[in-house]
Amino acid sequence: MYAPVSPQLVIDSLTLHFGGVTALTGVHLEVNAGEITAVIGPNGAGKTSLLNCISGLYRPNAGRLFFEEQEITNTVPHRRAELGIGRTFQNIELFKHLTVLENLMLGRHIHMKTGLLSGGLFWGPARREEELHRRRVEEIIDFLEIESIRHKAVGTLAYGLQKRVELGRALALEPRLLLLDEPMAGMNLEEKEDMARFILDVAEEWGTTLILIEHDMGVVMDISDRVAVLDFGRKIAEGTPEEVQQNPLVIRAYLGKQ
Amino acid sequence: MDCGVFTTNYREDMAILHHPGAKLKVLVVVAFFLALPFMVNAYYVSVVNLIGIAIIGAIGLNILVGFTGQISIGHGAFMGVGAYAAGIMTATLGWSFWIALPAGGLAAALIGGLFGIPSLRLKGLYLAIATLAAQVIIEFGIIHWPALTRGPAGMVLPAPTIGGLVLNNDTTFYYLILAITIGAVVFALNLFRTRTGRAFMAVRDRDLAASVMGINLFKYKVTAFAVSSFYAGIAGALWGHYLGVISPEYFTIKVSILYLAMIIIGGLGSVMGAIYGACFMTLLPILLRETADFFGGGFAGLTHIMLAMQEAVFGLLIILFLIFEPEGLAKMWHKVKEYFKLWPFSY
Ligand SMILES: Nc1ncnc2c1ncn2[C@@H]1O[C@H](COP(=O)(O)OP(=O)(O)O)[C@@H](O)[C@H]1O
Ligand SMILES: [Mg+2]
Repeated sequence: MYAPVSPQLVIDSLTLHFGGVTALTGVHLEVNAGEITAVIGPNGAGKTSLLNCISGLYRPNAGRLFFEEQEITNTVPHRRAELGIGRTFQNIELFKHLTVLENLMLGRHIHMKTGLLSGGLFWGPARREEELHRRRVEEIIDFLEIESIRHKAVGTLAYGLQKRVELGRALALEPRLLLLDEPMAGMNLEEKEDMARFILDVAEEWGTTLILIEHDMGVVMDISDRVAVLDFGRKIAEGTPEEVQQNPLVIRAYLGKQ
Repeated sequence: MDCGVFTTNYREDMAILHHPGAKLKVLVVVAFFLALPFMVNAYYVSVVNLIGIAIIGAIGLNILVGFTGQISIGHGAFMGVGAYAAGIMTATLGWSFWIALPAGGLAAALIGGLFGIPSLRLKGLYLAIATLAAQVIIEFGIIHWPALTRGPAGMVLPAPTIGGLVLNNDTTFYYLILAITIGAVVFALNLFRTRTGRAFMAVRDRDLAASVMGINLFKYKVTAFAVSSFYAGIAGALWGHYLGVISPEYFTIKVSILYLAMIIIGGLGSVMGAIYGACFMTLLPILLRETADFFGGGFAGLTHIMLAMQEAVFGLLIILFLIFEPEGLAKMWHKVKEYFKLWPFSY
C-alpha cells in the first residue's frame, strides 16, 4: 500500500469552464490514503466535474492534480487507471450487452496481459491467465453477493443490482483510489444499507481510499471521515462531518434547502 | 438458460462448448463438411466455397462493426488490398501462395489499420464517410496503378500448389477454404472470451467507461480495424486465387454493402450471426435466379426482372431486419432453440 507521507491525492486550485459556464473555480482538496472523503453540494455544484477531472475525462482549464506525488494533470484516462484510480458513474456506465462476469473481467484489464494472438489461439498462457483472474473476480462476486446473476447480461438487471455490479467492476481494477459518483442514488433503504456496508468494507479490508458523492446526509455523516462541500463550483467548507454540519455557510447553501 | 448444466470449475465454465452434446455436435458438423464433396456435385461445392469465403469476410466485418461498434464502408476495398497484394506476390513475383496468403492478410491489416486512425476522433456518420474515402482511394489506386495491378483489365492468378497437388478445381480448393474458415471462426470465438475481444466490446458499449477501466481507446479501435481488415484480406486473397482472376470490379462499394447486409441480417456482434448472414446472402441470389429460371422458362424477360429485383430485395431485407430483428438471424435462431428446449412445456 501507498505509504502516506503526504496526501495521496492533491487537487490544487482546479478551475474548469464549459464555454460560459464555470463548473469549478479554484477548488483545492487534499485526500489522505485510507480515508473516506464525501463531496456534497446541490445539483450542478460541480461534484461530477471534479471526479471527471480526477479520472481524466475532463481536462481542467487551470490548476494541477497530483496522485501519489506524481503530477497527473495531463495524463490520459487509461493511464490514470493503470496508476490505480478507479471509479463508478452517476448514470450507470456498464457495458450493457456483456454479462456481469465479462464486465468484472474487464475490470481486470490492466492486470492482464493476453494479447490479440494468444487470446485468439487461446493456448496455455491465455487460458491460465483467464482462470487466474476469473478466480479473483469470483471473490468480488462473493463479496458483493451477486453469485446468482454472474452470467446475466447487465442490461437486463434491476437498477440497484447494476449499481452493485458497477462497484464490482471498479473493485476488480483494485484501485488505490476509488471515486464513487452517487453510488446510492435511486436506491431503496435496504439497498442503501447494503451499499454503505460494502463501501465501509472496501475501505477497511482493502485499505482503499474513497471519494464519494452522496446526497443522503445520514449516510454521509455515518460513513465519511471528511466532508468537502461544493457550491456553484467553489469549495465552501471542508472538515469532519460534525464540523461541516455546523458550518453556517453550508447550512445556508445546502442543508437549509432541504 | 443454463438449466441442467452445472460446471465444477472455471475452466469448464469458460469453455465455448460446455453443453455435454456440443462437442459431439461439432464433430458431426465437421465430419459432414469433410464428406460433402463426395455427396454433392461440383456446382454445390463451388457454392459452399463462396459461402466459406463470405464467412471469413463477414466475421472480419462483424469484428469491427458488430463487436467494436465502428462503422466501415471500406470492407470491399480492404478485401481488394488482400487480393491484390497476394496476387502481385504469386502472379508477378512468383512467390508461393502459402506466403502470399498471410502476407495479403497483413497488407490489408496495415492499410485497414491506417484508415482506422480517424476513428479516434470520428464516430457514426463521420466515420462512415472516412471509410467511404478509404474505399474510393483504394479503388482509385488499384485502377490507376497499372504497373502494379494491370489496372482495369485485372490480373490472372496462378493456382496454389501443395506438394505435387495443384488446387485448381472446386473440390481441392474446398478443403483449403474449409480449413481457413474453421480457423477464422475458432479464432474469433476465442478472441471474444479473452482480454482483447472484451476490450473491443467495451469500446462498443461505453467508450468512456472503457477508458477509465484502463483501455486505450485508440489502440483498440485501430487494432479492430487491423484485425477486421486482416480477415478481409485473407478472404480477398483466397477468393482471387479461387477464381483465378481479379479486377477492380470485384472490390467495389457494392461488395462493402453486401458484407454490411450479411452482418445486419445475420446478427451484429455475433460470430454465428456472421455465418448465417454469409450463407443467406450468398444463397439468396442463387435462389432468386433458380426461381426465375424455373418460372421464367421461355420468358427471358422475367429472369431479367427477377435479377434486377435482387438488389431491391437485399435493401428491403436490410430495412426489415433493422426494424424487426436488429439482432438478426442469430437471434431468431436462438429464440427458436429456446422455444424447443423447453417444449412442450414452454411456459
Ligand atoms: N460536459 C459538459 N458540458 C457542458 N456543461 C457541463 C458539462 N458537464 C458539466 N457541466 C456543467 O457544469 C456544472 C456542474 O455540473 P456537475 O459537475 O455535473 O454538477 P453536480 O455533479 O454537482 O450535479 C453544471 O452547470 C453543468 O451544467
Ligand atoms: Mg453529478
